[in-house]
Formats: sequence, C-alpha cells, structure tokens
Amino acid sequence: MWRRGEVVRPPDSGREVTGAVAPGTPGLASVPRVHAPETEAKRTMDKDVVNIGKSVVIKGELSGSEDLVIEGTVDGKVELSEHVLTVGSHGKLKAEVFAKIVIVLGEVVGNITASEKVDIRDSGSVDGDIVSPRVAIAEGAHLRGSVDMQKKPAAPVVPVQAAKPEVKLAPLPAATPGPGGQRIAAG
Amino acid sequence: MSSGGTVQSLRGLLSRLGSVRPAEGTRPDAGSRAEPKDGAIITSKGLQQFLSHLGTRSAPILLDLGPVVGSNITFFGEQLNCKFMVEDLFADLERHLRERSPEELPAWLSKRLTLDAGTVDGVLLWDLYDYLDRPAAQALATALVRLLRPDGALLGFFGNANHAGSGPTTFMVLDGSHVRQRPRASVLVRRASLQNRDIIKMFDGLRVSDAFLLQTGRREMLFRKGGGGRPIT
Repeated sequence: MWRRGEVVRPPDSGREVTGAVAPGTPGLASVPRVHAPETEAKRTMDKDVVNIGKSVVIKGELSGSEDLVIEGTVDGKVELSEHVLTVGSHGKLKAEVFAKIVIVLGEVVGNITASEKVDIRDSGSVDGDIVSPRVAIAEGAHLRGSVDMQKKPAAPVVPVQAAKPEVKLAPLPAATPGPGGQRIAAG
Repeated sequence: MSSGGTVQSLRGLLSRLGSVRPAEGTRPDAGSRAEPKDGAIITSKGLQQFLSHLGTRSAPILLDLGPVVGSNITFFGEQLNCKFMVEDLFADLERHLRERSPEELPAWLSKRLTLDAGTVDGVLLWDLYDYLDRPAAQALATALVRLLRPDGALLGFFGNANHAGSGPTTFMVLDGSHVRQRPRASVLVRRASLQNRDIIKMFDGLRVSDAFLLQTGRREMLFRKGGGGRPIT
C-alpha cells in the first residue's frame, strides 16, 4: 500500500558504491554547471559541480576538490576542505563532514566542521555538533547538537627583526652579588 | 450561564483579586496586561544581566532548552564567543506527551540531559516551566542545577495566571536587551503559574541574582550557582 511520506525510488534504487570515492569518478553523475541553491549560485557559476543522484548510496569516505551536491545517501565521511558541500533536499548523510561551506537542505546525522559557513535551510535537519565561524539556521530547520562558533585565538605575532648574529652567553653563576653587595638568589 | 462562561468569569475574577502574588516592585495593573501580539518586542533586563555575567568568561558553554532559532545562535556565538548547545525540550515534551503518560515525565526529564555535571556556564530556560507540572519542573530543576558550573547562570521566564491556556512563544533575541516574542503552533498548553517562592525552592542550590517583572506580567529570573547573588530567604 502506498503510504504518505514513503519515498518512491526509481528502478535502479539501491545502487551501492562501497569504498573511497572521489567526486568526478566515472560512474558518478558528473554534471557541469549544476547550480547550487541561490545564495551560492554566483560562487558556483564558473565551477563544475558534482551531483550525486537520489538513487546513489555511498558507504565509505568521500573526498574531492570541487563543489558537490548530494541528493543520495552517504554513510561514512565527506571531506571537501576547500569547497562547497550541498546536501540536497533528498540527501541523507550519516557522516562526519568537513568542508569550506556546508549547505543543508536534507538530513545530516553526524558532526559538521566548516572553515567558512554552515547554512541549514528550513527543510534541513542536523543531528550532530557543528563547528564553524558562521552558522545560519532558517526557521523550521531542525538541529540537535551543539554549535561552536568560537574564533580561534590569533597566532601570536612575532615581530620580524633583522637577522642578528647569535651571541652565546656564558652561563651565569647560581648566585651573583647585588649592587650593594647583597646576594640575590638566582631564579 | 454556560460552564465555559462561568470558568471565564471566575478566572477573570481571580485575576482581579490578585491570585498571583506579584513580584517585588510590581505595579498593581501589571499582571492584567495582555500578552504581546505576534512579533511584539520586549525589553529584557534579565538578558542584559545574563550576557554581562557570561561575557566575563572565555568561551563559555551555553545550553538552550528552547526551539532552534538561527539568529539566537548567531547572536550568542558572536557576543559570547561561546559553544552553543541546543536541546529543544519543547519538542521533546510534545513528543513525550503524545507517546507516553505524563506520570513518566519527571523520571524521563531527570535523565534527558546527559551532559556531565558542572560543565555548563549558562542555561536559557525561556518559558519552559509554564508547561510543566510541579513534579516534572522539580526533576528538571535538579538536573539543571547539577549541570551548571559554579557561578554559572540560568535565565528563565515565568508567566502568571493571565497567561494560562495560551501556547508557547518563540523568543528571538534582537540585541543585548530586546527580545521578540512570537507565538507558535504547539499542542502544549500553559499551566497555572508558579509562585516566586516555589520557583526558588525548586532551584535549590542556586541563588536569585536578579528578578524583573515585564510589562506583559511575565517574570524574568536570573539564577546563579554560588557566587555573590541575593541569598534565598
């Protein structure tokens, strides 16, 4: 019987890809100029975007160096350090996610780490912790977990000085006489 | 007169007689003011105090017990540079009441928050306590007191008898002292309000740092764990 909410899968539903897969791998739907959601449209205009279709199931590690839209199911780990990951409205991730920007319109179960931004749209659902300097969550979105927007402390600035010849000093004695002849304990 | 009309008129009479003991500094008519309309903005002094208290800490951990509001996460993240944890107990409460009996709620609430003791710097309770019965409220209070770090803070809003029967509101923080209240669809119905002394007793182990009465009749209470708050009398 047809039930409301039950996804009707295409005939090739359940095709499973196991192991590490890189976007752009032959066999995966490599679709040039597929636009990501509106806000990222400009960003992706001049880039190729790999699209993982609804019927694709991936188990394992997914990494790459181009933007990626996932409409299928991924179970494992997704790593796109310098690129945009979009979890489409049909996408289901049960994975640790690392990317520059993560846009969620579907479901993610797992922690998300983004170096730039995480954007959860109204249809999006995240069950996990988020680490990102910027987080946008639309009304109606679901989130269960923590959000860490902590700015990392800036690296201590070391003044650049002209190279000086290194001078080695002779070690001081354990105690030296003070100006008035008093002994000052070292340390 | 119909029974519904009788109940309404009795409720109105009770509110006029002052069935709810007003908080310190209450204006006589404050309790009878209506709940703000959709999107009304309130000035929150409790939030100011909460922020200034937590602002002195580096990278505090904040626990929000309300529904997910993106702008709140952004606001607290930017203001406090904090780790923000969302545990939507309103949604959980709805689910629990649909699937289980209310008698199980206190036991369930006492186990619901699985964080380690003394790990949270601030708790945003919002108006959750208006939807809990006393045993459930007590169980949650005990769990929250356990979670708070020494000198941690807890901010809660508590309605009065005039708010009974209304549904929950979403609190959207606009800035350090203004909050927009928006009613939202929910099966939860506000129960009779708690007296100040009952709230204080429930949060045994915390001190009332500040308490404010809003123009809507709501009470804002800021609790602190230990530290130099107002002693409980």
